[in-house]
Amino acid sequence: MTQLIWLTIAFPIAGVLFNGLLGRRLGHRVVSVVGPLMVLASFVVGVGAFADLLARHGEAVNVPLWTWAAIGSFEVNLSLLVDPLSVLMVLVVTGVGFLIHVYATEYMVHKDESGHAHPDRDFARFFTFLNLFIASMLVLVLGNNYLMMYVGWELVGVCSYLLIGFWYDRPSEEQAPIDLGEGAEPVKLPPLLSPAASGMKAFIVNRVGDVGFALGVFLIWTTFGTLQFADVFSQVPHMAEAMPAVLSWIALLLFIGAMGKSAQIPLYVWLPDAMAGPTPVSALIHAATMVTAGVYMIVRSNVIYSHAPGVSMFVAVIGAVTALFAATIALVQVDLKRVLAYSTVSQLGYMFMAVGVGAYTAGMFHLTTHAFFKALLFLGAGSVMHALHDVIDIRRMGGLKNKMPVTWLTFWIGGLALAGFPLMSGFFSKDEILAKAFEASPVLWGIGVLTAGLTAFYTFRAIFIAFHGQPRDRHLYDHAHESGPAIRFALVVLAALALVGGVLGLPAFLGLPHALDSWLAPIYATGEHAAAAGEHGLSLGLELGLMATSATVAVLGIVVAYFFYVVNPAIPRRMARSLRPVFVLLANKYYVDELYNAVFVQPGLKLARGMAQGVDALLIDSVLVDGLARLVGQIGRQVSRLQTGYLRHYALATFIGVLILVGYFFLR
Amino acid sequence: MPIEIPTLNVIALAPQIVVVVTALVVMALDISLTDKRVVGYVSLLGLAAAAVVTFALLGGPAQAIQQMAVSDGYALVLNLVFIVTAALAILVALGYLDERELQHGEYYALLLFSTAGMMLMAAATDLIVVFMGLEIMSVALYILAAFNHRQVGSGEAGMKYFILGAFASAFFLYGVALLYGATGSTNLHAIGEWFSPDRGNLGDPLALVGLGLLLIGFAFKVAAVPFQWWTPDVYHGAPTSVTAFMSVGAKAAGFAALVRILMVSFDQAFTLDWQLVLAVLAVLTMTVGNIAALAQKDVKRMLAYSSVAHAGYILVGVVPATMTGVKGVLFYLMAYAFMNIGAFAVIAVLEHRDAIGTALSDYAGLSTRKPFLALAMAVFMFSLTGIPPFVGFWGKLYVFRAAVEANMSWLAVVGVINSAISAFYYLSVVVQMYMRTPTDETAAAPALRLSGPVVVTLALALVATVVLGLWPTPLVNLTALGIFG
Amino acid sequence: MPSDYVPILIYLLVATFIAAFALVLPHYLGPRRPNPAKSDTIESGKLSYGDARRRVPVQYYIVAMVFILFDIEVLFFYPWAVLFWDLKWYGLVQIAIFAFLLVESYIYIWKKGAFKWK
Repeated sequence: MTQLIWLTIAFPIAGVLFNGLLGRRLGHRVVSVVGPLMVLASFVVGVGAFADLLARHGEAVNVPLWTWAAIGSFEVNLSLLVDPLSVLMVLVVTGVGFLIHVYATEYMVHKDESGHAHPDRDFARFFTFLNLFIASMLVLVLGNNYLMMYVGWELVGVCSYLLIGFWYDRPSEEQAPIDLGEGAEPVKLPPLLSPAASGMKAFIVNRVGDVGFALGVFLIWTTFGTLQFADVFSQVPHMAEAMPAVLSWIALLLFIGAMGKSAQIPLYVWLPDAMAGPTPVSALIHAATMVTAGVYMIVRSNVIYSHAPGVSMFVAVIGAVTALFAATIALVQVDLKRVLAYSTVSQLGYMFMAVGVGAYTAGMFHLTTHAFFKALLFLGAGSVMHALHDVIDIRRMGGLKNKMPVTWLTFWIGGLALAGFPLMSGFFSKDEILAKAFEASPVLWGIGVLTAGLTAFYTFRAIFIAFHGQPRDRHLYDHAHESGPAIRFALVVLAALALVGGVLGLPAFLGLPHALDSWLAPIYATGEHAAAAGEHGLSLGLELGLMATSATVAVLGIVVAYFFYVVNPAIPRRMARSLRPVFVLLANKYYVDELYNAVFVQPGLKLARGMAQGVDALLIDSVLVDGLARLVGQIGRQVSRLQTGYLRHYALATFIGVLILVGYFFLR
Repeated sequence: MPIEIPTLNVIALAPQIVVVVTALVVMALDISLTDKRVVGYVSLLGLAAAAVVTFALLGGPAQAIQQMAVSDGYALVLNLVFIVTAALAILVALGYLDERELQHGEYYALLLFSTAGMMLMAAATDLIVVFMGLEIMSVALYILAAFNHRQVGSGEAGMKYFILGAFASAFFLYGVALLYGATGSTNLHAIGEWFSPDRGNLGDPLALVGLGLLLIGFAFKVAAVPFQWWTPDVYHGAPTSVTAFMSVGAKAAGFAALVRILMVSFDQAFTLDWQLVLAVLAVLTMTVGNIAALAQKDVKRMLAYSSVAHAGYILVGVVPATMTGVKGVLFYLMAYAFMNIGAFAVIAVLEHRDAIGTALSDYAGLSTRKPFLALAMAVFMFSLTGIPPFVGFWGKLYVFRAAVEANMSWLAVVGVINSAISAFYYLSVVVQMYMRTPTDETAAAPALRLSGPVVVTLALALVATVVLGLWPTPLVNLTALGIFG
Repeated sequence: MPSDYVPILIYLLVATFIAAFALVLPHYLGPRRPNPAKSDTIESGKLSYGDARRRVPVQYYIVAMVFILFDIEVLFFYPWAVLFWDLKWYGLVQIAIFAFLLVESYIYIWKKGAFKWK
């Protein structure tokens, strides 16, 4: 199957063509079959490639696609790289992608009050984009060079834009202010952007990062003269001695790209707003796959990053700060999907902390488990939305566990995994990151543990408010119902994965097999990794202590949430009243959007307007473009005036040409 | 005295013979059948057979008729260009002629004879044979241009083409005579031999003037400035299906013979002279063609000027006198066949019986009236501009790259600037089709009918333009076979 | 070298001069006594009438063209006939192809109605 790996990309593209060209005509039933089927086919090919790779003991294989163009000495070759890292990503993308496709076949059919089902009017368009996203993401992870990675990087960005703004005609929404009880002024919340505006915001913010990424790729080209991974990486050790600064610049520029794509400070602002897209999109693109592209990129470039220690530390710090920062915002969000969105930003922070301290395997491990449990949580949130006719404000939920038991149970499993409850998948991956962070710096570890506590707290805050207690909106509650088989299927499978995903990376210090570690070993710079793995920085006791600490913190967070929101719901309100300034700050997301608006957006708009009216309209348009066009047009009319239509004139003109030409040859 | 029987080895000219025999069959069918469309389909079959024979000959070069012609890779690749051109043009004609009640068998016979002439020009290694091919091609084209006898414009086109063409043929023939006078041979290899350095014949003025006259003859056929005068009137007046054919075929044939003569006979003699002259012609041709096209309000006439400009681009590939350049020319010609005939096919659909409907304003809002037609036209326009990922982009890249590799970057720069200028008028068609609402007149015009053959033409041209744009390798590999034997 | 062609140039000049000389001299030296018969278009005794630019039926041209074509083609038979024994089968096959083309063309124009008057 290795040689057929291109099929993983070809199948979704076939889906794009089919759904895009015929989907609308053939109706939503056909699309519901074809869309997921194409991704399943990709997944099967991916599994085949995985089996081959296992038999080959992880030896990487280049699968040349074609020589795109060979003109003179100018050649463009395209080939795919099948190695442990890309295959892992392929399995995650197509596996989770398939489940989400199945889920979406039900989710994109809306039920009205009387229970009639209406497929979304753009059902086919949705699956066209979703298939396109899978294909683009696979281009990103399978390319054997930075150019293809960049192409995939841009393509997933476009898909993200198209899907966030999928319901482009929906308006922006106000959020009801938070009531803090008698005598206290309610806390106003900023309005939610419309889907179209959110899509644009995501695209523009990502553009900022992409500039960095593109510059990084250019710098690689000028430095190494190639963009092929293998050729670049083999030159890195030599280059690290010759010009370490250039290497650091490359690492930094690439990381700026990752900041945008993977929503890290300071470019994380687009991700919460991306929740305006349909929930399957949030689960697939903005939780499980696309946003982890930055982590994948750093792990892929681990040879570069391990030779740029300063930048690596910077990555770790940004990751840690982002993790804590986003977790605090998540504490007070009232929109279920936004809680999860900030949690995604926070968890991505963990991953960057891991890759920043050189724990690439731990980063990939968390990426994988996070894909399982975060996709699960989003799909659960979507299931709730589906039942409540798109209501997502947790203040209008409550007691839903009786109405939707499967959603409730799977959400709990997802929540426990996210919180890092012992023996759940998230526990192992998070613990591994924290242990590696401790090795690098106890401060990073401290931030990580604090964040872990907050994570457990806000996750269960949402669960307790939404699923437990008394219904707050009777009407909604009465109409709520468990979702259908497609949604339940996706939830149950993902819940199972979230439950047992930890077996991929059991703690090595306990003598248990760490499957992912041995699997990914071939992709690291040889020698260094072996040394890193051989040297056990921490004693067994310390490791156990750290593990116990993170377990305790997770349990503690859950317990506190239980007291706050189940036992005595008055406590949080009282705390919010006494800490009102902090609460307002958090509810307004630290005013970062307002800050960016004032510092970048408004001056930028002003500059743009000035340029448009002054420079462009006056100078460029009327003088240069129109003027030039008019001038050329004038000449053109003069030239065609020579075309009189009289044969004798043509003959004369031809003869003059002959005289000139022969004259030249004669008199030379 | 016994006579020496010449070796003919006619197998080497099998593709040409197949086409000629098809033309004879077509003539026989013409007088025995009433439904002349059958004649068109038989012509297509004959062209297919010629293509098969061409592929079968790709094994190795073979001389024919006492070294007067050769079936080398160069000639065979060009055969394919001509076959594609002729086949697409016949498909266009099947629908176009029907609608105008011009469905006569002669049309196909003449077109096939013309194609055979073009193929002979590509295979010729003797100036006399080049001239024969040139005349076989041209005489048939003169008649085809005047084929729409109900229209004054068509007759005028034929007449102008005939007189100016004869004028140019005379110069060509005079050039042949002078070269024969100087070198004592009309064989290309013999002429090349005569110029070899040890013979001391370099710089012979008679030969130089002869070369100049040959260049004039070809410059006329490929519509290079300042011998392009006939082009707009003839292309505009001739039936659109004929314009499609000759804008590609005659140009390709002219370049075919020109490049072979320059590369075989004059690769050592006067190189700097003809390079300079052709470079100047290339710049003039591109610039004048594009600038004049800008001012046109009629799409058919605009494409006539654009065809002049494309002759300039192709000349850029000839000037370096390298094999990269030659292959670039071959690539360009094949790409041009698809996109240009495709564009003329769209014009043929929009054109009414009385030759109106070709104005730019008639294209307003085409995207809402006929989305497929508008899409196809848009793709052809993009490709003619040279915008990736269409095949026209690779064609330009190929010839410009040849110039850069030969240290003539300035020529490539002029070419790129000209491509930018050409975007103005190509894209204005797209703007009309997609961003303007149909005018009252356009809306009132009779509904557009897409006949089966035209749809096939458009589909073929569209697929080739897009697929070869995304994946040019097959065409690159094909042109790599285009070497002189 | 261009200077090699100087004699030709001189020859051209001399020729031009003599021609001009022969035309111009009689104009001045010769006596001119015109009468109506001398000034007529054709001084052959036949009276001229109508305009010289008369339309001729197109069939004239077609027949004339066909005549010239076949007249010239037949010319090719002469050398073949002379060398018939030397060329043997080679010549026979060649001329057979040639004759076939001629005959096919002849039938073609016949069927097309080129010989019909009106």
